[in-house]
Amino acid sequence: MATEVTMPQMGADMTEGTLVKWLKAVGDQVDRGEVIAEIETDKATVELEAFESGVLKKLVVQEGETVPVGQVIALLGAADEQVDAEPERQPPAETPARRGHGDASASARQNAATTTAQREQAPPAAPETEQMHVNITPGQAGGSPDGMPGDEGRVRVSPVARRIAMDAGLDLSRLKGTGPDGRILRKDVEAAISGKLPVTEPQPAARPAAEPARATVPATGAQPLSRMRQAIARRMSQSKQTAPHYYLTLDIDMTAAMAFRGQLNASASEEQRVSVNDLIVKACALALERHPKFNAEFSDAGLTMHEEINIDIGIALDEGLIAPAILGCKGKTLGQIARESKDLVARAKSGALRAEEYSAGTFTITNLGAYGVETLIGIINPPQAAILGVGSVMPRPAAREGQVVVRDLMKVALSADHRVTDGAEGARFIKEIQGLLENPVSLAL
Amino acid sequence: MTELRMRDALREALREEMIRDSRIFLLGEDIGAYGGSYAVTKGLLEEFGEERVKDTPIAESGIVGVGIGAAMAGLRPMVELMTINFSFLALEQIVNSAAKLHYMSNGQIRVPLVIRMASGGGSPLAATHSHSLEGLYAHFPGLNVVCPSNAADAKGLLKRAFRDENTTIFIEHTAIYGVKGEVPDDPDFVVEFGKANILRAGSDVTIVGYSGSVHQALRAATLLEQDGIEAEVIDLRTLRPLDMGTVIASVKKTNRAVIVEDDWKFGGFGGELSAQIMEQAFDWLDAPVARVSGKDVPMPYNRNLEFAALPSEEDVVEAVLAMM
Amino acid sequence: MTQQISLPGSAMDDPGSEQLGLFLYQMQLLRRFEEKTGEMYTKGKIRGFLHLYTGQEACAVGALNALREQDQIVTHYRDHGHALARGVDANRIMAELFGRVDGLSGGRGGSMHLYDVSKGFLGGYAIVAAHLPLAVGLGLAARMQKEDRLALCIFGDGSVGEGEFHEALNLAALWDTPVIFFCENNLYGMGVRFAESLSTQIPKLAAAYNMPAVSINGMDVLEVYRETRKAVEHCSAGNGPYFIEAMTYRYRGHSMADPELYRLKDEIEQYRKRDAIEALKQHMMERGMLDQAGWEDVVRRVDKAVDDAVAFADASPEPGLDTLYGNLMAEPTDD
Repeated sequence: MATEVTMPQMGADMTEGTLVKWLKAVGDQVDRGEVIAEIETDKATVELEAFESGVLKKLVVQEGETVPVGQVIALLGAADEQVDAEPERQPPAETPARRGHGDASASARQNAATTTAQREQAPPAAPETEQMHVNITPGQAGGSPDGMPGDEGRVRVSPVARRIAMDAGLDLSRLKGTGPDGRILRKDVEAAISGKLPVTEPQPAARPAAEPARATVPATGAQPLSRMRQAIARRMSQSKQTAPHYYLTLDIDMTAAMAFRGQLNASASEEQRVSVNDLIVKACALALERHPKFNAEFSDAGLTMHEEINIDIGIALDEGLIAPAILGCKGKTLGQIARESKDLVARAKSGALRAEEYSAGTFTITNLGAYGVETLIGIINPPQAAILGVGSVMPRPAAREGQVVVRDLMKVALSADHRVTDGAEGARFIKEIQGLLENPVSLAL
Repeated sequence: MTELRMRDALREALREEMIRDSRIFLLGEDIGAYGGSYAVTKGLLEEFGEERVKDTPIAESGIVGVGIGAAMAGLRPMVELMTINFSFLALEQIVNSAAKLHYMSNGQIRVPLVIRMASGGGSPLAATHSHSLEGLYAHFPGLNVVCPSNAADAKGLLKRAFRDENTTIFIEHTAIYGVKGEVPDDPDFVVEFGKANILRAGSDVTIVGYSGSVHQALRAATLLEQDGIEAEVIDLRTLRPLDMGTVIASVKKTNRAVIVEDDWKFGGFGGELSAQIMEQAFDWLDAPVARVSGKDVPMPYNRNLEFAALPSEEDVVEAVLAMM
Repeated sequence: MTQQISLPGSAMDDPGSEQLGLFLYQMQLLRRFEEKTGEMYTKGKIRGFLHLYTGQEACAVGALNALREQDQIVTHYRDHGHALARGVDANRIMAELFGRVDGLSGGRGGSMHLYDVSKGFLGGYAIVAAHLPLAVGLGLAARMQKEDRLALCIFGDGSVGEGEFHEALNLAALWDTPVIFFCENNLYGMGVRFAESLSTQIPKLAAAYNMPAVSINGMDVLEVYRETRKAVEHCSAGNGPYFIEAMTYRYRGHSMADPELYRLKDEIEQYRKRDAIEALKQHMMERGMLDQAGWEDVVRRVDKAVDDAVAFADASPEPGLDTLYGNLMAEPTDD
């Protein structure tokens, strides 16, 4: 069998060599240890000795050629041996050169993803040679620090404050930091969450134009997102991605409720007037007391039932949507709810909401009745467990005791987190709301 | 408990360990007849004799190498290099042999060696004699790096070093040799490696120090108290192994960290601490980690310049106030 | 030519024919083993730096065979020959060179860092002269432990310019430590001629530190053996260190990457004519201790041993990545 003579590795850093000169010709007898060629590396010219004795059968690489370490450059055989035609010119897949330092960072880059994962898990018992490079990390080309100082609009928030605010769903743009250079600190966020911290000046939230440039850098032609838009995008995506929603819809006959409201408002001042939505808030507050799993928060650790019932009401603004909470609905009269909701809407539009009102909601009602919408199916406002979507109250035909009659009907849709409740529970909850609104006297109690 | 200066506590540790373990012997420049440049080994020659308390020529690399060889052969040598400044001459032995032989031989060879050296500026001895190289030695895997801040720790850690199977670089700050403290008399008293010590509890900021800088940290904490700021002061005690757990737990509580060290800021050990705090407690930080370090100059001789080059408690207070 | 090389002399009688046979086998083993490692290096099986011992076999075989079981050895990075001559398993040496699990230290050390504590072989040291003070420490420990044990410290002529050489010789003499300093003078510190690196002669340096110092023919295994035996007796008797300079020659470059621009082919050929293996072979044949068939048997046995070593190394697995942090810090023992 012919013996392959390969381009030798002649130094730790050698990956290829040039065949300078053949010192033997085809047909020459070669003894072990005899010099058969001169090889040039990038450092020097060295002599190549034969490791076996034999007759030089073929010169695969010609003088002047540069080939990788490990490639066959000649064949030796017995005097009478017939050597096969063309030997493989490519170096074997696992050549010494490929294992050399020169390739290490490239292969480390290639393998970075998998090898990192492997390292974090149990390392393989007998790694391939390539994996031996895992501890060589690819060079970090000079990255620029992100967020240069001088960025006027940048809200300075300490890492711990940012984390706590995020967990609480708190909008940091409204907070005023007390740290160096106005940095929002842990204590600022904690104060805001407990409702003690003054917010900044009447908010620019209503006017995206006034919103300074903390916006995502626009791609070609893209409008930068306002902070509110970003928040909505983030929270709604989070909800849809983490909370499996189920939906239940039904018609609520609001005929009695509208009459009841008419009576209440007939003698009321402007401030005391009750809206349809106020009736719904009151009904939901009562229903939530009886169905606490819809006033709860899901986490991996388990389900937290909220003591308070804080009902967020969706308010459409020019540039988006905001859902501040009517706090402590449990035990509040319809009149109190009516007053507070009017106050909330006014302050939302002027940007004077308190931090707690952003973050403390436990259930949400979203109502597009004023827009003539028939059905609204909401997306749960995380980390809440459900949302009630409310459409317009419209006179529509309804079957009553076998007769088609015209009634004031309102379509509602419950979107609920299936991790927290099941459909039947949702059905009982929404039927409770329906019952309360269809017998409105109970709302006045 | 006995009140002792740190140098006397160190001597007690040497005495007790030499009595406990006959394999222990001392090698060093002027440790015998002279009693040690900082008087740590005073009286030991008389007590233990020339065979176990060996004065050496001034040949740092040679005597550290001899220590390594003797340790490989089963003895428990201690080499005193007089000062850390001279350890540069022995760096090759420490880094290439003492720190690596166990690993390179895949566990066949052990080098249970204690190398003591005095460190720090303030004396004033100018640039060649004022190094703080704790961080340099902590850079090398395979070594223990110990740097006590008080007499009790000095004794407990040195005794612990003699009971280790690896080479321990034991660094003593010259400024605190004379500082007194209560020291346990129990001959089995040891301080474990890799256990930082919370010297003062506080809720507003974590101040981390080691060796001499612990004292600046403590004085700064007292000053900060007057501003109503409660500082937690942590003494690392050993840089290798390093107890980051204690530091991280504290930072998670206070949300702020200041590192105090005599080492140069550029590439110093404080940079390592800062990076680890950032890696492990980023989401608990209220401010960037601050370092109060030695200035990036060779130590000047002039008293005022030297003070300016060393970290002070005022620098620490300033750093804390700047992040509140 | 700066050095007189003499063929093995007349006083060849002391070791018996059995021992000479062992020397011959070992020298051939060292030679063939190094030829094979060179080949494995060109094939990428062995990586990093590789320094071949070819030509210097008489030093290792003569010196190591003069030691006793309890003696310890530290040497330089051209260390395969010393390990083999000490009886360290050739298979495990080759596996170490391949970087495999069954290597002497599981593939962590490689060519320049061979250790086998069970044989008193305490390492190849890759920093020139770094191990000289260690040898003094080993000797000092033996003295303090009151054990009849010595340290053989092998180093090259390149070491004598280092400060540690002088520190170690001084300390060894000062403290009467049982250390044999064995300098393999192969005439080149990498590519610089020895004559151009030292202003005096090596034995004079050693003599200045007040210890017996001799220069011997390192191409003569018997001379090396006899002189090292003398040194062992000197140390064992509590007379302190002993210094041997063995004049030798390496046939190969400093390492595999060495183009050998600094010496002439002719010089190598001159030394090859005085080859230590050839000389011993002739010596034995002239005295009827060896015939051609006997020699061929030696060659065959050696070839097989070396081929077996390669097969063993090749079959040994790569170390698992989970071993990366193992044995970084030594754990307490129950002593």
